[in-house]
Amino acid sequence: MIPLRATISFFVDPLKYLVDLPIVLVDQAADSVSSYQTLKMENERLREEQLIHQTRLLKFEALEKENIRLRALLENSFKLGEQVLVAELLSVNMAPYEHIVVVNKGTRFGVHPQQPVLDANGVVGQVFRALPFTSEIMLITDPNHAIPVQVNRNGLLTIAVGSGQLNRLVLPYLPSNADIRPGDLLITSGLGGTFPQGYPVAVVDEFTSQPNKAFATITATPKALLDRNRELMIVWSKSTPVPLISKPAANEAETQTDAVK
Amino acid sequence: MQLNNYVGFFRIILTLIGAMCLRIAPWPGEIAAFNPDWVLLVLVYWSLTLPDRVGIFHAWTFGLLTDVLTGRLLGQYALAYSLVIYICLKLHKQLRQFPFLQQGLFVFFCLLLSQLLLFFIKNLQHPAQLHASFWLPVFTGTLAWPLVYGVLRFVGLSQRIK
Repeated sequence: MIPLRATISFFVDPLKYLVDLPIVLVDQAADSVSSYQTLKMENERLREEQLIHQTRLLKFEALEKENIRLRALLENSFKLGEQVLVAELLSVNMAPYEHIVVVNKGTRFGVHPQQPVLDANGVVGQVFRALPFTSEIMLITDPNHAIPVQVNRNGLLTIAVGSGQLNRLVLPYLPSNADIRPGDLLITSGLGGTFPQGYPVAVVDEFTSQPNKAFATITATPKALLDRNRELMIVWSKSTPVPLISKPAANEAETQTDAVK
Repeated sequence: MQLNNYVGFFRIILTLIGAMCLRIAPWPGEIAAFNPDWVLLVLVYWSLTLPDRVGIFHAWTFGLLTDVLTGRLLGQYALAYSLVIYICLKLHKQLRQFPFLQQGLFVFFCLLLSQLLLFFIKNLQHPAQLHASFWLPVFTGTLAWPLVYGVLRFVGLSQRIK
């Protein structure tokens, strides 16, 4: 069934690019007529941002190494960094009551279903269907989508379900006495294996517990700008763990076995 | 004559492709729910005016293309379109005699039948509570019918598609 869909998409996908074309042209026209002043200001702002991010990354390198070392002490495997591919959103509307968007990278770039998709602020969704030239991405706010999350403050695990509204997630499986407050950051827990651990998902914005119900009603706002960003990142997470025993230690082990012989 | 036939054929295909583009056009927010099923409207028009040129095969093919275009279960639009166009072909002689308003009513029932089939197939996959806006395209489609009729009539007459 999937090869058939891929074959048909050869004829149909150009239409998606065609529909997207006017928006691309308008964007390009807007870029070419924007003044020198605005460009300069934007350039300065981006430079500042880049400086800040680079300084943060310097620290991050050290922290990552430290984390690997500590995990090695705990004899726990550590997942390696992720590889990303920047994909651009195509402005097409597939079905009004579903939160599925189309991006311009497909299986030709090695995209495959169930890959996590991020933007600069947080998790956007996952690849739902990959075609040769385009792929369909289900947003985390789709009513059919659920994402395993963790409260960053205390590690409380739960599941965030899409609500069908673009700025709302629901956490239906927490009891009324759960330790969760408005303003708590929810990050991916890494359970389920689809989403890598530790990416911001949403911020809790309301917590109401009704005394007559077992579960509290909790809503959260996604961190990612789901309806405003045109650039998304498709992530490949390398699941091969870092070797826990370093080379010299392995040699030592060998010599020890030799000694036993 | 042969050349004219080919030109006409391409015109029909082009109008259908245009309808497919409208189908996935990025209407903002709330308006998207009103987006009617343009492909079916165009297919109904051509099957009523040129029943010997546009038939169930066209309906099935473009239904399949629409399935892939909108990322649905493969074959659901193909089935709905084929059935509706079959009815159109069966009734096209009577329908041509009807006044315009009655034709509009017929188009309404065509759109409703197609949407009902889609609803049925969706419920077979997993029973889901669909929003009431699921039925909106049926009404907007009926309202869009005079527009589609006018535009396609113009296309047909200007090219003398036979």
